Amino acid sequence: MVTVVDYKAGNLTSVLKALRFLGADVGVATHPETLATATCIVLPGVGHFAATARLDQSGMTQAIRHAIARGVPFLGICVGMQWLFAGSTEAPDQPGLGYFSQQVTRFPADHEKVPHVGWNQLEFAADSPLLQGVSSGEYAYFTHAWRAPVTDQTIATTRYIEPFAAACQHRLVCGVQFHPEKSSVVGLKILRNFLEMSTC
Amino acid sequence: MLTRRIIACLDVRDGRVVKGVQFVDIIDAGDPAELALRHAAGGADEIVLLDITASHEGRATLLDTVRRTAEQLFIPFTVGGGIRTLSDAAAVFDAGADKVSLNSAALQTPELISAIGAEYGSQAVVIAIDARRDAQAQDAVRSARVFTHGGRRDAGRTVVDWAREAELRGAGEILLTSMDADGTRAGFDCALTAAVSRAVNIPVIASGGAGTVEHFRQVFTDGCADAALAASIFHFGVSSARALKEQLAAQQIPVRLPC
Repeated sequence: MVTVVDYKAGNLTSVLKALRFLGADVGVATHPETLATATCIVLPGVGHFAATARLDQSGMTQAIRHAIARGVPFLGICVGMQWLFAGSTEAPDQPGLGYFSQQVTRFPADHEKVPHVGWNQLEFAADSPLLQGVSSGEYAYFTHAWRAPVTDQTIATTRYIEPFAAACQHRLVCGVQFHPEKSSVVGLKILRNFLEMSTC
Repeated sequence: MLTRRIIACLDVRDGRVVKGVQFVDIIDAGDPAELALRHAAGGADEIVLLDITASHEGRATLLDTVRRTAEQLFIPFTVGGGIRTLSDAAAVFDAGADKVSLNSAALQTPELISAIGAEYGSQAVVIAIDARRDAQAQDAVRSARVFTHGGRRDAGRTVVDWAREAELRGAGEILLTSMDADGTRAGFDCALTAAVSRAVNIPVIASGGAGTVEHFRQVFTDGCADAALAASIFHFGVSSARALKEQLAAQQIPVRLPC
């Protein structure tokens, strides 16, 4: 079963719908206890990094940390991916999980419009089971103003003003800056790949 | 490269898709859920559903329509029409919308923009502006005014000012409809679209007047539009989003292809 974390921020509906469409057995976790038995975890995206404070307050952060240590596959979407990093300048007092050591920062102003909204290309940076069946150059739907830097764990980059991390993965911990649940066939393939990676 | 979006718009009344020609003549064009899926399969980058049902009973129909439409739609889905409170918006999000479009309610209660943004994120709040040029004014573009109630009521402010305020209050996108161009199929109001797009730092969706591929090319170049919306040209098999995008790509407009 795939467990989607509900931290009372933003809208879960689209992610749940996409996972169910793919035939996954989907559960929603509102308490950390639910994560103790999770076999794979999805943390959806929300508007503001500060909302992830609710993960700390509810004990969800610790539960996710333990699940990742147990080898439970994890997928963070949008802010859910950003949360895997040390933190974000969007909410400097709110630490991220720190699974990846870098900081998430805002796109520089005065070049293009910020936020980055729309369909943009994924350029593959490394082989990953998450991207199987998708081709480098295919499009995904983005909507965000903060972004993670390109690192050794980046599996796909996207260029807006400059390249940023569109998807990252280390072992069974994955993050995508775009919205796979809103990225048509390409996004559904990536979600299916995650479910298969984790045999959820 | 970030692409220009082609957005298919469904104007819905009492659970059926209709399309106003200059907001007056109405032609029935089918079931919204079915048409939304057809547009998505046809290569549209996004779907906007604008509900023009006036009656209270219509609200329940709308939520059911949104639910059915969202069920198998895996591209961004915006719903507008009659959303006046945070709880109206919440019901539409729960039914499966990704964004809500606010029009007169945002003018009456601008705090609604930040209230919805705080709960669902700025990206989920689209401000729809119905604009009409002031033919008497010297600068018809800068002085273009905001209208509500299907173009019948002057909201008492200029389009550019309202777009800027909406952005400051946390709107994620502007959906700009030219009342002058709407339904004419004679082309978008590129000058007005460019003025708004330059005045704000959030995406501007151009609406009203689409008739040919050239109109889209113009609004993406001269009009500085980030996205363009069209309804009637798709409904009656004149074109699909894919065919439109293939022709735009041939003219160096970046679009999502294959799609």
